[in-house]
Amino acid sequence: MNIDSIQNGYVIDHIRAGRSMEIYRYLGLDSLDCSVAIIRNAKSARMGKKDIIKIDEEIPVNLEMLGYIDPGITVNVIRNGERVDKKHLELPQRVVNVIRCKNPRCITQIEQEVDQIFFLADRGKQTYRCLYCETAHKSGEG
Amino acid sequence: MMRHLLDIVDLSTREIDELLDVADQIIAQPREYREKMRHRKLATLFFEPSTRTRLSFEAAMLELGGSVLGFSSADSSSAAKGESVADTVRTVGCYADIIAMRHPKEGAPTVAAQVSPVPIINAGDGGHNHPTQTLTDLLTIRREKGRLDQLVVGMCGDLQFGRTVHSLMNAMARYKSIRFVLISPRELCIPDYLRESMRKAGVPFVEVEKLEDVIGTLDILYMTRVQKERFFNEADYVRLKDSYILDPEKLSRARQDLCIMHPLPRVNEISRAVDSDPRAAYFRQVLNGKFVRMALILKLLEGEA
Repeated sequence: MNIDSIQNGYVIDHIRAGRSMEIYRYLGLDSLDCSVAIIRNAKSARMGKKDIIKIDEEIPVNLEMLGYIDPGITVNVIRNGERVDKKHLELPQRVVNVIRCKNPRCITQIEQEVDQIFFLADRGKQTYRCLYCETAHKSGEG
Repeated sequence: MMRHLLDIVDLSTREIDELLDVADQIIAQPREYREKMRHRKLATLFFEPSTRTRLSFEAAMLELGGSVLGFSSADSSSAAKGESVADTVRTVGCYADIIAMRHPKEGAPTVAAQVSPVPIINAGDGGHNHPTQTLTDLLTIRREKGRLDQLVVGMCGDLQFGRTVHSLMNAMARYKSIRFVLISPRELCIPDYLRESMRKAGVPFVEVEKLEDVIGTLDILYMTRVQKERFFNEADYVRLKDSYILDPEKLSRARQDLCIMHPLPRVNEISRAVDSDPRAAYFRQVLNGKFVRMALILKLLEGEA
C-alpha cells in the first residue's frame, strides 16, 4: 500500500482500531476535495492494531471533541511536508451537543432546543454525567 | 450574586449550618420574621401534584408576610399547551421574586436556572434531587439530637430508588464521625455510585437485611416505604416485608434516645401505635420543613441566612 506523504494538514495517529470511521464522520471528511487517507488496522507496537487518518488540508479541527471520541489519539500537524507540532489529546471537561442523554426521565428528552451538556465526572474511568439528570455516560460510547 | 438551590451539595456545610441557625431563630421568635417578605411574591410551579411540599413552601412565604401564586399541576399551566420549562420560567420570573418548582423530569430546575431572572428552588425533580427535604431532615436531626456529627444513622426500606435517602447520605457524609447502617432487601440496596462515593469519602457503613438485628445500635432511624412491585419475586417479598415495618415490638429493642424519621407520606411502614412514642419525630419533621423553607427563602432573597 502506497500513500503519498501530505504537505499541509494532519496525521491523526493512534486511533483505537475500528474508530476511524466515527472520526471521519465527525470531521465531515466526506465533504472535502483534498486527499484523505484512512488506514485501518495498521500494526502498532504499543496498541497491537490502530487506525490512522491523513488529511492533506488544514481544516478546523476541534481537538477537545476528538479527545472525547478517543483520548488516546495523537494529532501531528504537518506544514510543507514537515511535522511542526504533535498534540496528545485528553478528555475534555465538558462536551456540548455531541452525545444525547439516554435517561428517558431527563428533561432533555422533552425540552425544546436545550443543549445536551455532559461534564467529566471521573477521568480515570472516562465517565461523563449529564448536567441535568447526572446520568452516567462512558466516553466514546454511542 | 443571585443563588439557586438545585442540589443539596450546592450549599457548603457552613451555609447549611447557618441556614439551620436561622430556622432555629425563626422557631424561637416567629414574630420577628412576620414582615420580612412583605410585598415579595413566591411562585410555586408544580408540574406534578404534591400536598406537603407545595403547602409547606406556601405556608413558609405567608408566615414571612409575603404572597404566593402558581399552579399545582401541569394540566393547569401552559405546559399543557406545549410551552417549554424555559419559557414558563422566564414568564413567571416577570411576576414573582422567587420560584419553587417541582417537575417530573430530572434536571428541569437546572434548565429553569439557566434562564430565570429570579432564584429557583428545586422542590423535587423526578427521582433526582429534593434538597429542601434534605434541609428539613438535617434541621430535624440537629434539633432532636443537638448535633449533625458523631451519629449512627440507620436508613431503612427502599434505598435504591429513594432520592431522600441518597441526598441525606451525601449531605451527612460531609460531617465528622457519621456511620450509616443501611437496612434493605438486596433488591433495594443503595446504588453502586453511592456506595462508591461513601467509600471515597471514607464514611463507614454496613448493609443488613433486617431492622430488628440493628435497631438497638442506632441514633437515627430514617424509614422509607418498600413497595411490593419493587421486588423481583413474591417469595422474597413475603420473607422480608415485615422486616421493614416499624412497630412497638421492634421499637422495644431501640435506645430511649432514638430519633425516628420519615419523609412521608407513609403507608404501613410505621405502625400507627408508634405515633404516640416520644421518639417518633416525623410530624415534628413536617413542621421543621416549613421553618427551614422560611430560612431558605430569606437566604436566597436577602442573603440573611
